[in-house]
Amino acid sequence: MDNLKLSYATRTPAAGDRQSVLVGVVASGNLEVLFERKLAPHECVVEIATPIHGYDEVWKAVVEDFVERVSPGGLYISINDGGARPDIVALRLMQGVKTMEVNHE
Amino acid sequence: MTAPTDRTTKRAWDTAQRSRDERLAAASRYARGKIVDAADTTKLLEAIVRPGDRVCLEGDNQKQADFLASRLAEVAPAIINNLHIVQSGIVLPEHLDLFALGIAKKLDFSYSGPQSVTLARALKGGKIELGAVHTYLELFSRYFIDLTPQVALTVARCADRDGNLYMGPNTEDSPVVIEATAFKQGIVVAQVNEVVDKVPRVDVAGDRVDFIVVTPSPFYVEPLFTRDPAQITETQILGAMLAIKGIYEPYGVKRLNHGIGFNTAAIELILPTFAERLGLKGKIATHFALNPHPTLIPAIENGWVEQIHSFGSEVGMDDYMRARPDIFFTGRDGSMSSNRMYCQAAGLYATDLFIGSTLQIDLQGNSSTFTRDRIAGFGGAPNMGSDPHGRRHASAPWLKAGREASGDGHGLPRGRKLVVQIVETFGEKLVPTFVENLDSIELAKALDLALPPVMIYGDDVTHIVTEEGIANLLLCRTPYEREQAIRGVAGYTDVGRARDRKAVEELRARKVIQRPEDLGIDVLDANRSLLAARSVKDLMHWSGDLYDPPRKFRNW
Repeated sequence: MDNLKLSYATRTPAAGDRQSVLVGVVASGNLEVLFERKLAPHECVVEIATPIHGYDEVWKAVVEDFVERVSPGGLYISINDGGARPDIVALRLMQGVKTMEVNHE
Repeated sequence: MTAPTDRTTKRAWDTAQRSRDERLAAASRYARGKIVDAADTTKLLEAIVRPGDRVCLEGDNQKQADFLASRLAEVAPAIINNLHIVQSGIVLPEHLDLFALGIAKKLDFSYSGPQSVTLARALKGGKIELGAVHTYLELFSRYFIDLTPQVALTVARCADRDGNLYMGPNTEDSPVVIEATAFKQGIVVAQVNEVVDKVPRVDVAGDRVDFIVVTPSPFYVEPLFTRDPAQITETQILGAMLAIKGIYEPYGVKRLNHGIGFNTAAIELILPTFAERLGLKGKIATHFALNPHPTLIPAIENGWVEQIHSFGSEVGMDDYMRARPDIFFTGRDGSMSSNRMYCQAAGLYATDLFIGSTLQIDLQGNSSTFTRDRIAGFGGAPNMGSDPHGRRHASAPWLKAGREASGDGHGLPRGRKLVVQIVETFGEKLVPTFVENLDSIELAKALDLALPPVMIYGDDVTHIVTEEGIANLLLCRTPYEREQAIRGVAGYTDVGRARDRKAVEELRARKVIQRPEDLGIDVLDANRSLLAARSVKDLMHWSGDLYDPPRKFRNW
């Protein structure tokens, strides 16, 4: 199991006021991502646990693009990877942030 | 004028006919009329096949003359050896056993799906002398020029006592194989499931067939074109949305061929949903050269499709096609009729778009399904996926592609076939689809092949679709632009991450590269609710229970 922790300073806080969201499933070729709004508004941490070795550079590239694109300030994002491909990782990250934007009823 | 009579009288002009007569005489003790007892099949083959013969053992990508294949593998190598196998599909283990047993030596073929790993091993072990890996049309064409079989072993559903054969929806390669063999004094043996008084329709005329063997069990058909909608991923759905919105719609593609795979299955399954909402019904995807893909059933039922001509059939689709004669080509008996050579020619000359997947794409856009340990063959893809320079009829999509390719608009108006590669940037087990160099180049060196096996040459490819967007290679003006356009949709592969970001943004500004958002597509809309059918059972329901899925796809 490889563990990776990436920290970023973001331009803006993530939209919405939902406190936490879980997207995806831990299955082969898929991943589970937990989003928690618990950091300072311009901070973002992404923590990755993956069974696949040697993809640190790819993870960094995917997460950097994501942070650049949506500016997820305040979010602590935990990824439990099941060997997902980068396109699925990017998609789940986008799905999670979108769901965090939906306000509580 | 003096006629060279002495020369013409010295040469025998009918050696093939005499050889055929000798073989038939040797075989006569095993036959009553044309019918041979199944138990005598190996002896029959030892009587009609000679060392060094070119033999076509069908060997299509779907139906298999499986009984004749296993009997041929039982002949004594001391009697029959050095055969040159000229068949389109290397599909059954027996096809390769012939080489391991010393019965066959040389191979010319086209497709090797299930045996691709074993074939690679046999080639590396020096057991097989490889002629070439062909496209279907190319191999069939060579049957008439320099690879004419002396013996063809074919397969039909039934025969009458005169040898008339009925193949039903799985006619496939047989007519061309038998034509080439029979008219060049070769011998044709057919295995059939039964002998009947009158065949439902004559797919091959009896005077081209020498022997009939009734087999103990029906012949095997590989269900090759069924894709379970339950396995289609969100990324594949996104790719399908991109293809429809970014290619089918702007070019107005009506006449087309879909390669097999989950990417094209996704396109078929979102025609009645995503494409319908875009108002494209009747404007795109109306006429197909296509195997009867079960995943096209919802689009057919919703009135999208006008007609389909097929290379072969698909297990479970018989009753559905019989009930839809406006859509499929059917015989007087009501069942569908396929013909791989006709459909390949149709797909080459009469369609405006080919879209299919591949395993590797290099920086020039060359693609290959050959990897270091897999020799998958080509099938029809290189013909479907090429710009036919012999085409002379115009159509709107073809002219638009031609205009984009020419750039300045000077010179003669020319058309271009749209050749689209739709892939995910990473394949199974995180293997990158985009590579600096194709594995097949190394493979060609290792096996001493004259030609590296490339499925589709980069200069024929017009578009590459990935989850990251569409690269339109027609609009690239320099090799550098082309390379960056490919890197620019190669995602997080090494090839993609080594892109020149500035060049890629410039290409995007010129719409050489289009991202999902450039086409008004929200990636979060790419989910399975867009699929008109989400399981094989859904496909059955769409068909009004006329589609009868093979057992391995029945997971309920």
